[in-house]
Amino acid sequence: MQNHILDYLDQTVRRVPDKLAFGGVSQEDGVTFRQLDDRSRSIGSYLAALGMFRQPVVVFMNRHPNAVVAFLGVLQGGCYYVPIDEEMPRARIDLILQNLHPRAIICDETTLDTARTFDFDGELWLYGDLIQTPADAAALANVRSRTIDTDPVYVFFTSGSTGIPKGVAACHRSLINYIEQLSETLGFNEDTVFANQTPLYFDASLKDIYPTLKCGATAYIVPKSMFKFPMKVLEFLNEHQVNTLCWVVSALTMLSAFGALTELPPKYLHTIAFVGEVFPVKQFNIWKRALPNARFTNLYGPTEGTGVCCYYHVEREFGLDEAIPIGRPFKNTEILLLKDDNTLAAPGEQGEICIRGTAVSLGYINDPERTASSFVQNPLNKSWPELIYRTGDIGRFNKDGDLVFVSRKDFQIKHMGHRIELGEIEANVNMLDEIKSSGCIYDTEKGKIVLFYVGGISEKDLMQALKEKLQRYMLPNTIRQLETMPLTATGKINRVLLKENYLKERKR
Amino acid sequence: MDTLLEILNDLHPDVDFETCDTLIDDEILDSFDIVSLIAEINNEFDVNISAKDIIPENFNSAQALWALIERLEDEE
Repeated sequence: MQNHILDYLDQTVRRVPDKLAFGGVSQEDGVTFRQLDDRSRSIGSYLAALGMFRQPVVVFMNRHPNAVVAFLGVLQGGCYYVPIDEEMPRARIDLILQNLHPRAIICDETTLDTARTFDFDGELWLYGDLIQTPADAAALANVRSRTIDTDPVYVFFTSGSTGIPKGVAACHRSLINYIEQLSETLGFNEDTVFANQTPLYFDASLKDIYPTLKCGATAYIVPKSMFKFPMKVLEFLNEHQVNTLCWVVSALTMLSAFGALTELPPKYLHTIAFVGEVFPVKQFNIWKRALPNARFTNLYGPTEGTGVCCYYHVEREFGLDEAIPIGRPFKNTEILLLKDDNTLAAPGEQGEICIRGTAVSLGYINDPERTASSFVQNPLNKSWPELIYRTGDIGRFNKDGDLVFVSRKDFQIKHMGHRIELGEIEANVNMLDEIKSSGCIYDTEKGKIVLFYVGGISEKDLMQALKEKLQRYMLPNTIRQLETMPLTATGKINRVLLKENYLKERKR
Repeated sequence: MDTLLEILNDLHPDVDFETCDTLIDDEILDSFDIVSLIAEINNEFDVNISAKDIIPENFNSAQALWALIERLEDEE
């Protein structure tokens, strides 16, 4: 029985050793399955020689196929990887390092100097050095035999409302389950050619990386800067004969919104899956018209449910005012819609979307409190211990039996495919000495994060300060200074009023 | 031009858009910015920036963007 995610690689490298596994911009950037296997085994041997086992190793590398080699190398060594990225602000990286206390960070030439400035007393390893390590087959086999499928594979950090990011850890068994269900649902095989769009430090990238290992497919890692220019992206897709996209909606919309799809149709695309947020039907229809024979699938799932756990193949027409459903859970996963009294919602009734099954991840690393509040005993099961994950998403089943997203229980938003706690933005704003109070709202229609504040700092200086603290996608799109902050009767920031005033102002 | 600068300043109050001519080269604008920028410009100036106009040369400075808008307005 497969109990390790790298069992996929072991089999595939025997079958198609010289096939391109991960490609970049130029041919030299690419790695074949043989190179992937050899280099990751070298990295694993380095870790094994140090006696490391089941420990976090941070990977801080450029967006490049080599980063994937490093992830797999960490796994070869019996440890789990934690990707961080230059896009992350220093404050966030410091919090991640404080949480994990990793022994080492794997860097490449482009990131080493930055890593030296971290508040970190562990070791910095250079990727180029690690892959020179002679592979130690006996040590690697020993590490592999000691690993069991409930050991972690990775930790991905996600927004936390207190300002402290949460590190979601998932195990081999959950990931294998995910990759099996996803590959079956979307029909991946050896002919699949992916173009990876999602950042490698988010779990969304699992969809490209691991099916590639499982199927002996090929995944091209599209440079981030290319996504500013739709025609360049389309040229890239055609040049590499990409046939499958698992992208966030905002990246897909970039190609449809300005006529690029009709200007230069992607010739080879037949499978398009979208994640992160609801696909506006208007943009979706442009895609559908450009590629009438392609299959479009909506994917839904929080990081805590190990990637994605629900899917909906879009096979009928949708009205502009209709929302594309979340759909149904993958095989081997159940969705419970729980009402406030912890009983099941009837068809049509609203409830919190809760995930049951192998897909439920291990929890938030080194954070038992926040883990315990979302990973809870299934209230419907009084007979044995069984954890479910409470997503905080409110949904309902429509008349076709498909799950439909309704709203959030809290102040979490989806912005450009990223999951953001508005509370995290406010917490970072409030940390500044000049700030008296702040409140954040989301203009759903325009897709804008709007920040209001009271305090003795200009909008310009505030933005400058926030760039040091917040990740780019969390930065407010609009900042407004106020004389006084509207409060509710209980003295809390009145977000409802902030939003009403803002929308009124916008209409004028 | 003032309206354009206003839109740009709203995106990044900390950038001096009157002088900066490396908005793309220095990665000051990211893909999110480009999308919202185009939407606002199309809306505000009643033009239609299409995919083939979305190239680095047109977005590197406020001047270049303004030239693009004027060209598109003439074409209407």
